[in-house]
Amino acid sequence: MIRLDHVSHRYGARDVLHDLNLDLSEHRIGVVGSNGCGKSTLARLCNGLILPSSGAVSVEGHDTAKDSSAVRSLVGFVFQDPDLQIIMPTVGEDLAFSLRPHRLPKAEVAKRVDQWLHAYGLQSHRDHPAHLLSGGQKQLLAIAAVLIAEPQVVIFDEPTTLLDLANKRRIMDIVLRLDQQVIVVTHDLEFLTDFDRVIVLDQGRVVCDDRPQPALAHYRRLALGEPPVC
Amino acid sequence: MLSLYILGDSPIHRCPAWLKLLALALIGSVVMIIDSWPTLTAVLVLIIGAYVLARVPWHACWPMLRAMIIFVAIIAACQWLFGSAATVAVVSIRLTCVIMAANLVTWTTKVSDLVASIDVAVSPLTRLGVRTDRFSLAIALALRFIPVIAEQGRRIREAQAARGVRAPLTYLAPLIIKTVRMADGVGDALESRGADLRPVTTAGTPACPSRRAFVDTADHSG
Ligand SMILES: Nc1ncnc2c1ncn2[C@@H]1O[C@H](COP(=O)(O)OP(=O)(O)OP(=O)(O)O)[C@@H](O)[C@H]1O
Ligand SMILES: [Mg+2]
Repeated sequence: MIRLDHVSHRYGARDVLHDLNLDLSEHRIGVVGSNGCGKSTLARLCNGLILPSSGAVSVEGHDTAKDSSAVRSLVGFVFQDPDLQIIMPTVGEDLAFSLRPHRLPKAEVAKRVDQWLHAYGLQSHRDHPAHLLSGGQKQLLAIAAVLIAEPQVVIFDEPTTLLDLANKRRIMDIVLRLDQQVIVVTHDLEFLTDFDRVIVLDQGRVVCDDRPQPALAHYRRLALGEPPVC
Repeated sequence: MLSLYILGDSPIHRCPAWLKLLALALIGSVVMIIDSWPTLTAVLVLIIGAYVLARVPWHACWPMLRAMIIFVAIIAACQWLFGSAATVAVVSIRLTCVIMAANLVTWTTKVSDLVASIDVAVSPLTRLGVRTDRFSLAIALALRFIPVIAEQGRRIREAQAARGVRAPLTYLAPLIIKTVRMADGVGDALESRGADLRPVTTAGTPACPSRRAFVDTADHSG
């Protein structure tokens, strides 16, 4: 479970998140809101990539400010642009990179890498340079590289924004099948219809926190400038 | 002339990475010492023999060869102004040997193996407090991102051409800005993917016990 306790965040003099109090424990949680409302900032706070200006964030009781390596191993993060997330030159090596902190024997690493390459249809690309993959394949690789480390929570920050329709569906399908807790920041509202909870952010505040149907309806009205009912 | 691993199963591919690096270092030093062009030619023939043995496909070779020929020709032309024909031959063959040998090593060796042997080679430096794992990570990052940055440069040039900008170097400023921004993103990714970026004095990351097996949940997605 991720807990935000009176969390505010500012970049320089600019307040971006205001006094958030959230217990994130549902299996699938969506976060929506207009551009610049603070969704990515919230997501980054949850895995300790940034620390709150005031208040505290904890994951399974580990404070992100004090216990960053425990938080990192618990929380996986999938970024919008897989090009920046893929770190090693070839596909197989990138998956293996995620297993480094586990300090497994070489044969075990190779075995797991092969399993994940198969699971994501990338087995024929194992020794290919990552930059030659298609956009959809890159995102699959980025996701596999996070999941292979077996995090308990996976945060996705707009995982489908750069993808075509078929790849979008594919990524959504993968996310919906995951056993572990997922937190998804997205502008693809249809993605969230089967989620357990959707949080609507507006100018750094939670303006609606509900089941997907009412929350998404609230967000649509907000985006169109109609009066809210939530 | 940055080339990457080409899949294969030749004796050269199977040869351990450290041995290839050692051979490369040896060839590099030997050709610098040898002054006679017939001997250098013999070395070059050996290297070409290694290419044949490695069965590197011609279409993969050609762009490198073309770039190398141009490069060597420029150097040879400069040498021509000052030296004899023999000097030109020696310098050209030397360069050709080193470039071809280095390319053969990168083509036939996986980066992970290359980096692992560099790791071993520099490991004594850990005693002096040098973070050698960062050394190899830096090499891997360079190999990964040089093509990405090149692609960015190409896109910026295209965008500028589409808007009628023709000045050859104007793409550099946006490219640098993009690259710096990219470095930020890559830093975040490194951090969130568990790269150990802490100072040298801290103890190593504890092994993370495997919590659940997720492979089953993902196997429909391929
Ligand atoms: N590193 C930073 N330094 C300064 N300001 C920042 C930084 N990162 C984000 N901001 C600002 O903070 C605000 C919230 O940013 P954030 O990225 O969290 O928004 P977002 O909801 O994810 O937007 P989008 O939908 O466009 O991704 C924005 O106005 C942004 O300009
Ligand atoms: Mg964002």
